[in-house]
Amino acid sequence: MLVLENVDAHYGKSHVLHGVSIEVRAGEVVGLLGRNGVGKTTTLKAIMGMARRTGGRITFEGRDLHGVPPHGLAGLGIAWVPEERRIFRLLTVLENLRTGLDRPGVTPARREGLLEKVYAYFPILRERRNQAGGTLSGGEQQMLAIARAMMLEPKIILLDEPTEGLMPRMVGQIQEIVHALHREGVAILLVEQNVPLTLDAAERVYIMEKGAVRHHASAAELRADQRVIHEYLGV
Amino acid sequence: MDQIIIQTLHGLVNGMVLAMVASGLTLIFGIMDIVNFAHGDLLMLGAFVGASVLGVTGNYWLALLVAAVVIGVLGALLQITTLRPLIGRDPLTTILATFGVSLVIQKYALWQWGPSVRRISEPVPGDFVLFHLQYPWYRIATAVLAGLIITGLWLFLKYGKYGIWIRATTQDRVMAQAMGIPVPLVYTGVFAIGSAMAAASGVLFGPFAGVTQTMGFDFTLRAFIVVVVGGMGNLGGSILASIFVSLLESYAAIVVSPAQAVIVSFIVLVLTMLFRPTGLFVPTPK
Amino acid sequence: MTASIAARPRSPAAGYWTGFAVVVALLVIAPIVLPPFWQRFATEILIWGLLAMSSDILIGYTGMVSFGHSAFFGLGMYGAAAALLTIKPPSLGLAVLYGLVAAGVAAVFVAYFATRLRDIYFAISTLVFSQIFYVIIFTWTEVTGGENGLTFRQPALSILGLWSDRFTPTTFHWFVLAVVLVSYLLVRRITRSPFGMVLQSIRENEPRTRAIGYHVERYKIVAVMLSGLFAGLAGVLYAIQNKFAAPDFVFFTVSGEVVIFNVMGGMGTLVGPFAGAAFFLLLREGLSRFLTEYYLIPVGIIFIIMVIFLPQGLLGFLRRRLNA
Repeated sequence: MLVLENVDAHYGKSHVLHGVSIEVRAGEVVGLLGRNGVGKTTTLKAIMGMARRTGGRITFEGRDLHGVPPHGLAGLGIAWVPEERRIFRLLTVLENLRTGLDRPGVTPARREGLLEKVYAYFPILRERRNQAGGTLSGGEQQMLAIARAMMLEPKIILLDEPTEGLMPRMVGQIQEIVHALHREGVAILLVEQNVPLTLDAAERVYIMEKGAVRHHASAAELRADQRVIHEYLGV
Repeated sequence: MDQIIIQTLHGLVNGMVLAMVASGLTLIFGIMDIVNFAHGDLLMLGAFVGASVLGVTGNYWLALLVAAVVIGVLGALLQITTLRPLIGRDPLTTILATFGVSLVIQKYALWQWGPSVRRISEPVPGDFVLFHLQYPWYRIATAVLAGLIITGLWLFLKYGKYGIWIRATTQDRVMAQAMGIPVPLVYTGVFAIGSAMAAASGVLFGPFAGVTQTMGFDFTLRAFIVVVVGGMGNLGGSILASIFVSLLESYAAIVVSPAQAVIVSFIVLVLTMLFRPTGLFVPTPK
Repeated sequence: MTASIAARPRSPAAGYWTGFAVVVALLVIAPIVLPPFWQRFATEILIWGLLAMSSDILIGYTGMVSFGHSAFFGLGMYGAAAALLTIKPPSLGLAVLYGLVAAGVAAVFVAYFATRLRDIYFAISTLVFSQIFYVIIFTWTEVTGGENGLTFRQPALSILGLWSDRFTPTTFHWFVLAVVLVSYLLVRRITRSPFGMVLQSIRENEPRTRAIGYHVERYKIVAVMLSGLFAGLAGVLYAIQNKFAAPDFVFFTVSGEVVIFNVMGGMGTLVGPFAGAAFFLLLREGLSRFLTEYYLIPVGIIFIIMVIFLPQGLLGFLRRRLNA
């Protein structure tokens, strides 16, 4: 469904992605592992049209993303949960959710339904719905960021390091969410440094190093033989 | 004492009109980092359009509405043709571009309406009487109307779907785009709103001093000052600053000539930039 | 890079100086061959070009847009006026001195703010300053003549008090040409020096320049002072040429035109501003015949188009060459 073929990208003069090829099929959870700075986030940014792509192709459901404006991706079904979460700090929780909810073709009834669903997953958001986003704790902001993406009813969510800086209890919650989304048929491209979580949630995993994909295997294989993980992540 | 009351009223009324102008300017700056040099000239153009419509129809309110709509659309067109191509470039190029627009608009107005002063007659006749003081009703009406329009803007930003789009885009353009908000359209929309408000201010201000081609620059300058003093991008701040500066100027006009009273606003600007550069009415950044 | 320099040792520099010599020669014979109107026109181009060049130091080399050059220009004018009105017999040297001092004082003022404000805030504050000076000059009628300005007699060209002769338009043109040439060469020397390199580095990336260890504030102050002084010099020349000083020249419009000259001619080239001034003034001359004062409509549109599509201006392509 989402296919990156030989993608190259540059930040100014530095060549940050080298021939990256990744595929995420409908409903799949795919992991993207690697140490800090290897280009995982850059890969997501390339998909979102935020990095300067200098080679290769990115297609979604067969359609080349090249000409699509940055605000058109949500409409295609691609949602992004960035590493820094980037919730709108001065908007309330509800308003944050509304940025994804107020789309053409969504009836008020369906909106109510979506909100209820998300509140069911994240009761704390219902409680804080009229509070400014900036007043939420780190974990709550992460939940809001994911909930906000869910408002788009996406076909795929680009999830960038959701467990970074979170307490272990919250990590468990994130894990549950990923499972729940998977059950609903939403594809996820999960960028993480948390290996156990990734191996548990994902079906396939790509491992990156220095801007290129170095290894690609099923999660089962990697669980069975952890040497590759040790080699690339030193874990 | 009488002088002080009259000047206070002047200050408040002028402050409200200025607040309307500054709101548009600060909204535009807050969302797309554009210092709209032509803002005052859009006001001027609005005043002329209003004067013409008034001349033809005799209806002040229609003139106000038409001026706002026409200049709003013009603003949108301007943004699309001259400012969109500059997105991503050095922000100072937008100052240059809007400066060019300002020149063209001024001379166009001169060409279209000629050099004589146009009059916009008062929408509400008569004077308001308080004890033995008289103050024109229309000025009070102007202040009230300006207040209503600004409140309308505030409500629109706070509650509407588009208000959320605008606020989200102002805070984080990239994330707003990722959420599917059509940011280029939001930019155009905000510029149109700002332009419409400027035009309406022009029509409101028309009865005060007549309509001339050069009235715009004065407003642009004052609006800049007020936006900086209030904190760039800060709507509430620019409103407070408008009233504050206008009051100071009015009081100064008791002592010096109006032409010199203008220096008061300059001094406020200079002091603000020296000691509280983020804005007088903005909490000190940590 | 080194190889190509070795292969064509003198070419770029020789080309430049040849072109330069040609232009100067043309300017020298201009007053002799041109009819009086165009003669004056040529002199004015030089004066405005000098003003625009002074602005280029800030906008083209240091990356600081200033809308306040009308203040420096105007103060140069009024300073010269003060000297020519108060000191008998009117002395050219003193006119220049007074003008430079007046402009210098304003420059100190502006320089102070230059160091504390960035970009847009600086631009707005320079705009405000020029207006402050305008209001003061406009309303302080006793001293400055208010709306009507000041008129005075042209001083004689005297060199070291040995020989003194009245100016003719031709000799005045040569005098202006000489002053402009010296100014240009001086500024050119400065911008190509290590000091100038630091200014350009500030323009490219101020935080990095600061991080490397340069005292950015000091460089900015010097840049503003230089810019202000040369702008004041232009004001002095203008005052002498026209024998009057008027508040119109302190009004923001002049600052705006200066910025137009910079953008049209090419920022960061020093010669660009002259080309920009010439281009604008010629356009104005040509178009106002048909359009009277509405010439600014097409010229303004041309300006906007240049900002969008030709931001480097007419001579911008020379920027690399001239500043390498």
